[in-house]
Amino acid sequence: MPAHLTSRLGEGLIAIWGVVTIVFVVSRLLGDPAVLLLPIGASEAQLQELRTQLGLDQPLPQQYLTFLFNALRGDFGQSFQFGRPALDVVFERLPATAMLAGAALAIGILIGGLAGALAAIYRGSLIEAVVLLVALLGQATPSFWLGIMLILFFAVQLGWLPTGGYGTWQNLVLPAVTLACFTTASIARLLRSSMLDVMRDDYVRTAYAKGLGPRRVFTWHVGRNSLIPVVTMTGILAGELLGGAAVTETVFGWPGVGRLIVQAIETKDFPVVQAGVAIVAAIFVAVNLLVDLLYTLIDPRIRQSR
Amino acid sequence: MSLLSILRHQRANWLGLLGGTLLVLLLVLAVAGPWLGLPDPTRGDLRARMLAPTISWTGLGSHPLGTDQLGRDILSRIIAGSRVTLTIAGSAVVLGGIVGVLLGLIAGYFGGWWDRILMRLVDIQLAFPLMLLALLVVAALGPSLHNLIAVLALTSWVRYARIIRGQVLTVREREFVQAVKAMGAGPVRILIRHVLPNVLTPALVVATLELARTIVLEAGLSFLGLGIQPPSPSWGRMLADGRTYIASAWWIITLPGLALMLTVLSVNLLGDWLRDWLDPRSERS
Repeated sequence: MPAHLTSRLGEGLIAIWGVVTIVFVVSRLLGDPAVLLLPIGASEAQLQELRTQLGLDQPLPQQYLTFLFNALRGDFGQSFQFGRPALDVVFERLPATAMLAGAALAIGILIGGLAGALAAIYRGSLIEAVVLLVALLGQATPSFWLGIMLILFFAVQLGWLPTGGYGTWQNLVLPAVTLACFTTASIARLLRSSMLDVMRDDYVRTAYAKGLGPRRVFTWHVGRNSLIPVVTMTGILAGELLGGAAVTETVFGWPGVGRLIVQAIETKDFPVVQAGVAIVAAIFVAVNLLVDLLYTLIDPRIRQSR
Repeated sequence: MSLLSILRHQRANWLGLLGGTLLVLLLVLAVAGPWLGLPDPTRGDLRARMLAPTISWTGLGSHPLGTDQLGRDILSRIIAGSRVTLTIAGSAVVLGGIVGVLLGLIAGYFGGWWDRILMRLVDIQLAFPLMLLALLVVAALGPSLHNLIAVLALTSWVRYARIIRGQVLTVREREFVQAVKAMGAGPVRILIRHVLPNVLTPALVVATLELARTIVLEAGLSFLGLGIQPPSPSWGRMLADGRTYIASAWWIITLPGLALMLTVLSVNLLGDWLRDWLDPRSERS
């Protein structure tokens, strides 16, 4: 593994540790789990017993160390709500979120990439104006509102697609489009401006001058070089998709990790909140490591300079 | 740059101008809201529940944008909501900006451990999905006005800190900074008098882009029930309420959403224009 990837991995691990620590501190601020777990009217003795059982009577630094040590082994404790290991509960919901975020990312890269490239190639035409306008609107539309509007139009008025739920591809369409909206618009705009920047560079002029056709110039010179900022941004957007999925999943009743965490925050199910946020952060870090790896494949200059 | 050339450029970029105009209009409406003679946004009239919008070519009618499920006037609620939204988002962006710029200055100028610690903090924050971070903190502290502003500021300082740090790294090597240093000026004086003015414009660009993001995040929190609490009207809460009546009264949910979209759009347009104007290399769109 190249040296700079090793150091990136170290930084990623520190980031995950930081996230886990913040979640631990904040969930201790949320209240006493023992009071929440026992029925109202439980005696002080019962409360004490449960606190001892959960390790809540220990001093906070010791609780934190125990928590970290257990988390390292993948043990985030039992979910208060489900009575099963919190990590299992999170892992069960992971495929749904992965499917939704994956579909949204695919839409974003395909549609956004196509639209952005077309806008750059047909510069100054109606195509560019339409792409820019739609992208501007797409970036300004809050996902939860878009989701409800799509439900109103395609599910309630036209009856083509279900209003929510999970299982078939019809269930996936509306949430994926909703979640993809911002990503698609961002990729389209960034790719367009990145391509226009590259098209002004000297080596593109050289390529034309030595007699290459537009198709070759675009594939080999413009395409590859204009992808670099887009890849960075896509990595960041992929992370935001996972977090942003919380709202979209809530609108569509999609059984993913985002909605699980939102519900766990409401019911103060700390183990699930901690496990869920830790997993989401870990995925984010992994995605960004992958992006770093992709860079070195796309752009040999980065490989050499580090 | 002379005023004339700025104006000329502004005319060339009518989108930026449109965004600025819309935003000013919105601010005026938000500030003047209570004196416009509209119905009380928090008082319902159950005899006038879910009235459809009456706005038309012939006139405004008594409830131009209709009423909601409790018979409250939607137009006045949207305007009252804009006050709440703009207050929260604006304060959060300013607060986050001050913290972020300050930390970015320190990290960029002093480097070393300050820089390393700050960059790791930035990594941690970026690995934390903003919505989840905001939800968690609001759930812990309670959804009061001050807490909301603090939480939203917490989610936005990172971007300032990163941009400012990068800017400071180049500015601190410039001759005028070295000259002042040689003359014996202390770090505080150098940072405030000589570095800060040179990094304020990028901070302004970040601020506009952050304002748009914060407005959406605030609406999202309200939508999930963790925003500003009733009876204060908020756009996110109006959307959440309207969801129930989506099949029978489309306007309850559609109109506040449109207001939200228009606001974000105008802030984005202004931000894009600012960025293009300040960065001659970037493509003007």
